[in-house]
Amino acid sequence: MSDFVSDFWNLYVVVIVLASILACAVLLIVQGKATFTPGKTMGHVWDETLEEYNNPMPKWWSWLFVITIVFALVYLALYPGLGNFKGLLGWTSGGQHKTEVAKMDATVKPLFDKYLAMDLKAVAADKQANEMGKRLFLTYCIQCHGADARGAKGFPNLTDNDWLYGGEPEQIKETISNGRQGMMPSHAQLGADTIKDLANFVRSLSGLPNDSVRAAKGKEAFNSVGCIGCHGPEAKGTQALGAPNLTDKTWLYGSSEATVTETVTNGRQNKMPAWKDFLGEAKVHLLSAYVLSLSQGAK
Amino acid sequence: MIKHDQVEKNVGLLFVLTLFVVLWGGLLEIVPLFFQKSTTTPVDGLKPYDAVRLAGREVYLREGCYNCHSQMIRPFRAETERYGHYSVAGEFVYDHPFQWGSKRTGPDLQRVGGRYSDEWQRAHLINPRDVVPESNMPAFAFLANTKAKNSVGADIEAKMQVMRTYANLRGIPTYSDQEIKAAKAAIGDKTEMDVLIAYLQEMGTALKNTK
Repeated sequence: MSDFVSDFWNLYVVVIVLASILACAVLLIVQGKATFTPGKTMGHVWDETLEEYNNPMPKWWSWLFVITIVFALVYLALYPGLGNFKGLLGWTSGGQHKTEVAKMDATVKPLFDKYLAMDLKAVAADKQANEMGKRLFLTYCIQCHGADARGAKGFPNLTDNDWLYGGEPEQIKETISNGRQGMMPSHAQLGADTIKDLANFVRSLSGLPNDSVRAAKGKEAFNSVGCIGCHGPEAKGTQALGAPNLTDKTWLYGSSEATVTETVTNGRQNKMPAWKDFLGEAKVHLLSAYVLSLSQGAK
Repeated sequence: MIKHDQVEKNVGLLFVLTLFVVLWGGLLEIVPLFFQKSTTTPVDGLKPYDAVRLAGREVYLREGCYNCHSQMIRPFRAETERYGHYSVAGEFVYDHPFQWGSKRTGPDLQRVGGRYSDEWQRAHLINPRDVVPESNMPAFAFLANTKAKNSVGADIEAKMQVMRTYANLRGIPTYSDQEIKAAKAAIGDKTEMDVLIAYLQEMGTALKNTK
């Protein structure tokens, strides 16, 4: 694309290009007409006897130059290159990309449309859809959730049947479409002692080793400082808020006392990005079905 | 008329003529690019790097991220499907020098902004294998040990002045005196890792989510 700030640059390019091509042509013609005396040398002598004849270029060689000139002119006529002239073919790299995408979209659209019209549970049971979902997963999701979908510290395992925001088909789709924002706030203001009590209490909920005195104090704190607002009075979590169930054995960040203390002290605000705009609904649908299929069989 | 043996026997003349031949292509292919609107005006929504991101960019350069990561999505479907909209010239008007790169050991980073959470970026920089077990990227945990104001941010005002000079040459929006004055405060106590993540999270977002 050429959009020069002034027309001077258009002329600059056109003049130099055409003048250069013309100069090459003139040089070829002049050299072609030059007369040569057979047997005459250039007057150099190397290594006692080595001399250089002043002979013309072989004809086939001159013709190669003629071909390059013709090629240059044809190319400049067809493709953009000569200043503002867009070329007879109207080619652009953006246009070529558009064509390529449109061609592929036309091929896959019927397939995408077919699955988009189907219920997520039915798509999850479809073998071909699963293959497609897996490809998408391997491209867009493994950086956080892992190639085996088992997640990492802070990034949920998708193969168990534990869900922060709900594992119903539509909930999964919502999560992928619009993303999720973790909102465990920092509780540093409670002081290290109370946080230690809380950590012991939280660990006691999952049957992990704990200091029972601290756990009892932690239970009081749990009820009084606002934990129940998100995690519920029974600490079983609230999926609408993404607040995890604290009584099960699934730990997003780890269950050690140090890690739980860190979580309570600093809070956790990890984020699932929204994919709807980037991937489009059809791909989100296939991905949702794939994620749904991963957890089936796990209880 | 100069005969060729005169050129061959006069090194000075040979040098000048050789230089002229070499420059001729550049005069035609490079110089006009400086005078195209699409390469000199920012795309809609593109802003000059603020103090924090400029410092983050400095970390990116210093650590040689460009050796393994490109910032150049080519207009091929395979690339735009994975990364997003292909790169356009107007996105790089504030990049001095640009970080297009020429080799991908890791993925392209042009549209990495917002793609992952800050927490992911942090975990990944500290030890890439914690989140991507297959990764062969080196760990950059040490970036959390240095405050940006003591390294990449130490001369941030001067850097911004230079960037402003470049922008003024092209007549495009740039920093105000106030922004330059507030640069140190903006960087504050952030670590090198913080500013790098800030830089990464804004990267390529001017054309985000368009294909």
